[in-house]
Amino acid sequence: MSVRRLAPKELQPASFAFSDENLAWAKAQITKYPPGRQASAVIAILWRAQEQHEGWVSEAAIRVVADMLDMPYIRVLEVATFYTMFQLQPVGKKAHVQVCGTTPCRLRGAEDIIKVCQSRIHHDPFHLSKDGNFSWEEVECLGACVNAPMVQIWKDTYEDLTKETFGKVLDGFASGNPPKPGPQIDRQFSAPAGGPTTLKEST
Amino acid sequence: MTKLIIDGKEIDVPAEFTLLQACEAAGAEIPRFCYHERLSIAGNCRMCLVEVKGGPKPVASCAWGVRDCRPGPKGEPPEISTRSPMVKKAREGVMEFLLINHPLDCPICDQGGECDLQDQAMGYGVDTSRFAENKRAVEDKYLGALVKTSMNRCIQCTRCVRFSAEVAGAPEMGATGRGEDMEITTYLEQALTSELQGNLVDICPVGALTSKPYAFAARPWELGKTQSVDVMDGVGSAIRVDTRGREVMRILPRINEAVNEEWISDKTRHVVDGLRTQRLDRPYIRDNGKLRPASWQEAFAAVAAKVKMSDGKRIGAIAGDLAAVEEMFAFKDLLGRYGSTNLAVQGGDAFDPALGRATYIFNPTIAGIEQADALLIIGANPRKEAAVLNARIRKRWRTGQLKVALVGAKADLTYDYDYLGAGTDTLNDLASGKHSFIEVLKGAKHPMVLVGAGSLSRHDGAEALALAAKVATGVGALKDDWNGFAVLQDTASRAGALDIGFSAGKGGLNLAQMTTFGTLDVLFLLGADEVKVPDGTFVVYIGTHGDHGAHRADVILPGAAYTEKSGLFVNTEGRAQIAARAAFPPGEAREDWAIARALSDVLGKKLPYDSLQALRQALFKAVPHLMRIDQIEPGKAEQVKALAGKSGKVDKSPLKSSVEDFYLTNPIARASAVMAECSRLAAGRMLTAAE
Repeated sequence: MSVRRLAPKELQPASFAFSDENLAWAKAQITKYPPGRQASAVIAILWRAQEQHEGWVSEAAIRVVADMLDMPYIRVLEVATFYTMFQLQPVGKKAHVQVCGTTPCRLRGAEDIIKVCQSRIHHDPFHLSKDGNFSWEEVECLGACVNAPMVQIWKDTYEDLTKETFGKVLDGFASGNPPKPGPQIDRQFSAPAGGPTTLKEST
Repeated sequence: MTKLIIDGKEIDVPAEFTLLQACEAAGAEIPRFCYHERLSIAGNCRMCLVEVKGGPKPVASCAWGVRDCRPGPKGEPPEISTRSPMVKKAREGVMEFLLINHPLDCPICDQGGECDLQDQAMGYGVDTSRFAENKRAVEDKYLGALVKTSMNRCIQCTRCVRFSAEVAGAPEMGATGRGEDMEITTYLEQALTSELQGNLVDICPVGALTSKPYAFAARPWELGKTQSVDVMDGVGSAIRVDTRGREVMRILPRINEAVNEEWISDKTRHVVDGLRTQRLDRPYIRDNGKLRPASWQEAFAAVAAKVKMSDGKRIGAIAGDLAAVEEMFAFKDLLGRYGSTNLAVQGGDAFDPALGRATYIFNPTIAGIEQADALLIIGANPRKEAAVLNARIRKRWRTGQLKVALVGAKADLTYDYDYLGAGTDTLNDLASGKHSFIEVLKGAKHPMVLVGAGSLSRHDGAEALALAAKVATGVGALKDDWNGFAVLQDTASRAGALDIGFSAGKGGLNLAQMTTFGTLDVLFLLGADEVKVPDGTFVVYIGTHGDHGAHRADVILPGAAYTEKSGLFVNTEGRAQIAARAAFPPGEAREDWAIARALSDVLGKKLPYDSLQALRQALFKAVPHLMRIDQIEPGKAEQVKALAGKSGKVDKSPLKSSVEDFYLTNPIARASAVMAECSRLAAGRMLTAAE
């Protein structure tokens, strides 16, 4: 981890406003909590703000969320800087790749995946590729160890990767046709690779 | 009550105590950084570890309740050890972790000598470091004109975050990031806006937040320390004045639970540089329209010449906001010898001392705010007029047991309130019981009606005060054991002036009349800078700073500021307190009472006291309750009822707080560069807010 700061001023949009649909959704989130406890909805709403704004949280969005929840700005900034799921810098427009680098993935070849990221996107994490469409970072365990190594892009995970299949995943995002999420080999969810080995007969 | 055995000693403590409080009650000293008795419990520094017998690990005593301790197997009381080898080892471990990232810059740190970390490292620190890696480095943050940061030194106790959110009511401090990268900051490093931000420096246990104006000025051990009271507002906060040689270096709060707990406002703390600049250090006489330096003899002769030419009834005196009781008493005495009762204190016209003490003091007392369950604020902005008192209201409000309503100008008071209206119409409605908030007040056990004295400096102030008294009487704020009529005096001199009857006597002129053209020949201003004296009056200004009053003066007699004289001040509660002398007046300036005494000699009306003691004896003889220092002579409820009966017609106009700019309310503050900077920052905020 490193110090997490808001993006520099020149990258910050001047304003942020929720779309009507998201605003209605945010208001519904607030009603989940008792009156006066609306601040509890901060993570959910901030997350929605990130989704709406190209995958990262801008300073204007922090203020909008704070005003919406009647919180001091610093309280929302605290939340946004605490959780690494909130991106504070602009991320790739087409894909922000979160590569799991924790032990099981590492043992199963996460290093290769990272190398692909470094060669195809940028040498350093949190940097945009030249065309601005991709960025990557290394994250801690995302809970798909059975299908290691894996990456998460937006809300979906792509598992059982090799250099080649990961390259295809990136190609898919570049061309606008992302592959099917989940294992990228012949396997159903986290069932054994190559088909079931038990319970093959039904009675 | 729960029995505990602490260090082998049996002790009975209330079950809601924390272990730390219980250990303190048992006489054990517990080191701590994050724990502060007036803030919520964070439990993140881990310095207060103690051993609970039977537990596998040491526990943080600040966050461990007495009722959470389990009895022994045979039902014996829980046993706690604060001095066992395990505790010592645990605390040494914590200290080692804290010191890993703490820079070794004590020799250049302003906290040096009064640093909790330094002190506790003496007890629990080790002499060498096992940490070979790089230390953490954190960028310093900008927090405004008063708080300087050295964030490398921060140990993330979060006391400042809790203070600004809980006590100051301006939740601006926060901790961004996490783990090793956690940093204390404000939102995008905006300047703090609280009037109590100076206290952040006091509560910071290390040198991360230090005083910006006092940076690198002095070491604590080279300062002379004098216990005194503050005069910047009517609260009379307990302060300690630190001096080096003749110079006041800084002002710190003292603990006085009845008044300021342990907080003081920024004006109280940082007015120090105003004591050095713009000072009047020698007498002046106006010659051909220009002030020229003169000797005391010359100045006295000039005053005597003028006084001897005028009728006694055409001599008057107006006391300023910072005047001590002694000098007002001496001048009252002196003018009395001319048959004059033309006396007034700034903003005092609305009050009549003859009606009794209860009509001009804060009857429920400041500590009494913590019993109040309904509060009606009339024409005051307590946040600006008495910042520390406002923190007390906020403290009570945070318990959820206080409902607040406001009549007057809308403002951010750091707590929620019902806004009833701006002016006297609403007050009239309330007095006739027509308002919905009346029911809240009536239903309250300890209702309080707070009247801002500052808003009463209007021609019908007395009637407005009576109207407020009528409201208080109407809602039953005057009970056998509770007097809820609270006048918030915004200046240090006013309650004392009214106590000694420093106001227009029989046939005397009040402030408004004295400042009307052609009423007076000679006017003595005791540091009164907020009055506009008409042409034709000969003005003798006795004061400390070259402010408005001195500019208008015909003769200037240099006096002593509150840190340079021993003076009696009565705070808004009616509590008589003595401000002690910490330094000497500059140049030829003299203590004000002595000026009155010397002048009386020249005038041939010698006052019968040659020393401050003799003056005080005469004063105590005339007003005995002032003798009881630090105590309050309570007012009587009947006096408020009598005042309520006097209510007359009041103009329909809004009630305005007297304090427009919190940082520039008196001549000392106006001479202070630090206060000017704060005022500029605050004004900038207002501009951006208006945009």
